[in-house]
Amino acid sequence: MANDPSYSEAYQSGIREEMYRDSRIFILGTDLQERGGHFAQVKGIAQEFGGERVRDTPISEAAMVAAGVGAAMYGMRPVVDLNFMDFSLGAMDEIINQAAHIRYMFNGSVPLIIRATSGIAAGGAHHNNSFESFFAHTPGLSVAVPGTPYDVKGLLKTALRADDPVVFMMHKKLTGIRGPIGGPEDLVPFGKARIAREGADATVVSYGYTLVTAAKAAEVLAAEGEQIEIIDLRTLFPMDMDAVINSLKKHGRMVVADEAPLFASITAEIAATASEVAFDSLKGPIVRVGAQRAPLSADPGQVDATIPSVDDMVAAIRKVLSY
Amino acid sequence: MGAREEMQSMLRMMMMIRNFEETADRLALRGKLSGGIHNSSGQEAVAVGVMSALAPDDVIATTHRSHHHTLAKNFSAREVMAELMTKVTGVSKGRGASMHLGDVARGHFGGNGIVAAGMGIGMGAALGIKMAGDKKVSVGFVGDGGMNTGRTWEAINMAAIWKLPLIVVVDNNQYAVETFINRVTAGGDLAKRASGFGLPASTIDGQNVIEVRDAVAAAREYALAGNGPTFINMLTYRYYGHNTGEKGQYRTLEEIEDWRTHRDPIEQFAARLFKEGLLDQATYDEMKVSVEAEIQDAVEFSENSPHPDPSEVMLNIDSGKLRG
Repeated sequence: MANDPSYSEAYQSGIREEMYRDSRIFILGTDLQERGGHFAQVKGIAQEFGGERVRDTPISEAAMVAAGVGAAMYGMRPVVDLNFMDFSLGAMDEIINQAAHIRYMFNGSVPLIIRATSGIAAGGAHHNNSFESFFAHTPGLSVAVPGTPYDVKGLLKTALRADDPVVFMMHKKLTGIRGPIGGPEDLVPFGKARIAREGADATVVSYGYTLVTAAKAAEVLAAEGEQIEIIDLRTLFPMDMDAVINSLKKHGRMVVADEAPLFASITAEIAATASEVAFDSLKGPIVRVGAQRAPLSADPGQVDATIPSVDDMVAAIRKVLSY
Repeated sequence: MGAREEMQSMLRMMMMIRNFEETADRLALRGKLSGGIHNSSGQEAVAVGVMSALAPDDVIATTHRSHHHTLAKNFSAREVMAELMTKVTGVSKGRGASMHLGDVARGHFGGNGIVAAGMGIGMGAALGIKMAGDKKVSVGFVGDGGMNTGRTWEAINMAAIWKLPLIVVVDNNQYAVETFINRVTAGGDLAKRASGFGLPASTIDGQNVIEVRDAVAAAREYALAGNGPTFINMLTYRYYGHNTGEKGQYRTLEEIEDWRTHRDPIEQFAARLFKEGLLDQATYDEMKVSVEAEIQDAVEFSENSPHPDPSEVMLNIDSGKLRG
């Protein structure tokens, strides 16, 4: 494990291989060339491919995404790196009105990746929004949320070989995790969830860093003899509801968890759909775990109070186990 | 094409656009279109002058008011009118209507419902052209209303630092819906503002189709030589309201009449051609007849075309390659 690539190195590996494979792929964003991005996600790539294919931009999010949209329509395969997903708000028209809707009307495709680091960590309200639900909500967008180095690389490759706008969200707190990665042709498909941990007694459906919280909770419960299954969605659109339903049918007990505000969230979508299509399999209500609907405080204690803890996860699983 | 044919072709295109717009306006008022339109009557010289300077495979991206740009880029009256009626034979296969005309494969990167967003896409297309190493330019149309939104200047700055083959054309009809440009524009001089980004910037008479064509031709050569973008503010005027049926009180009837009488782009150009011996009355009269026939044919064609099938609403949202 110690010698395995990190989450960021997995991204470097994927982008490097794909840029050698396809000369149409290029990256643009702030602080990419020297700094290698705020999460070292493209460290060394500019030195390898030059400043034309790893383009440093001014802090102009609307123009960054517009540049990507127009270049993609022209036939290139741009990756717009926003560093922090929170900065996408400066380009929301370009992402939603433009990138997502062009194919539907204008007889062309927009093979564009918008990569940014997302999720809750330190740093306060302006760098810790959870936008997964509204990107997944938008027709025309696909949303990747890799939870492992393997999936970072494999999902990136799949996205770079498709013809669609993809929002690629990498979690801050996974930046340094290590794990095996695939080779040049090991692609991870969108819309195929992964069973991160097998178990026969209850299922936690999640993605991103919440998988770590769920794994810790599963260990706590394993000590008590309960076998908890964890499903990593990998992509939020398309979403592998079949995997969710199949797991649910094993035992009828399900927790859906992430760290976004619970109201109108991805977890609400999963719980509602699972209830509609598999109500008869449920032994009791699906339990959702998520954040309070508060902007994120910069105070560590208040952060912990806002998002789900291992204890919260254990409590939610115990509730479904009680049915 | 000889000078006479070229000039007559430009004149006829302007006449065709005028007839198209006035016909479409009447159809909209009678409820025959899928919604209202943004009428470009009065702005024909901008569209025809720009397209006359471009190669067929140069790229454009434009605004909510784009019938004239689209027709001048050689989209037929049939397919534009059909789109206004949201018919499958339309430019956008009936999914776009008046405001979303576009066909990427033909170098038209779309009209746009969001002010100045099309110009940003035009900038991106210019980046694509540069990355691909092609010898083309991209024209980003933007209105005067787009001169005070941040994305405009983000895009111009980016085009300037990267020397992109972009021509920013301000189709400046002076009114953003009902707001006169001078009421909301600090500094007043748009070309001066743009020149602060270190690119050639000028204000020209957008009612003079030859002046427009020549300015764009120069900008195109400049871009193809690798020098980067040009900003051209084209002063023009729309005869109709912002949208179909508008009864605005924000400008005087005298002002509209003055532009129609003294600065009409079609009448000015026709007069010039008569004077230079490049047009005779019989040819001019024939053009009027053939334009009328072309537009009536477009209406008939569009009315007889089907709407897109409601069962196809979920088709072509994405490529399908990412579906599980």
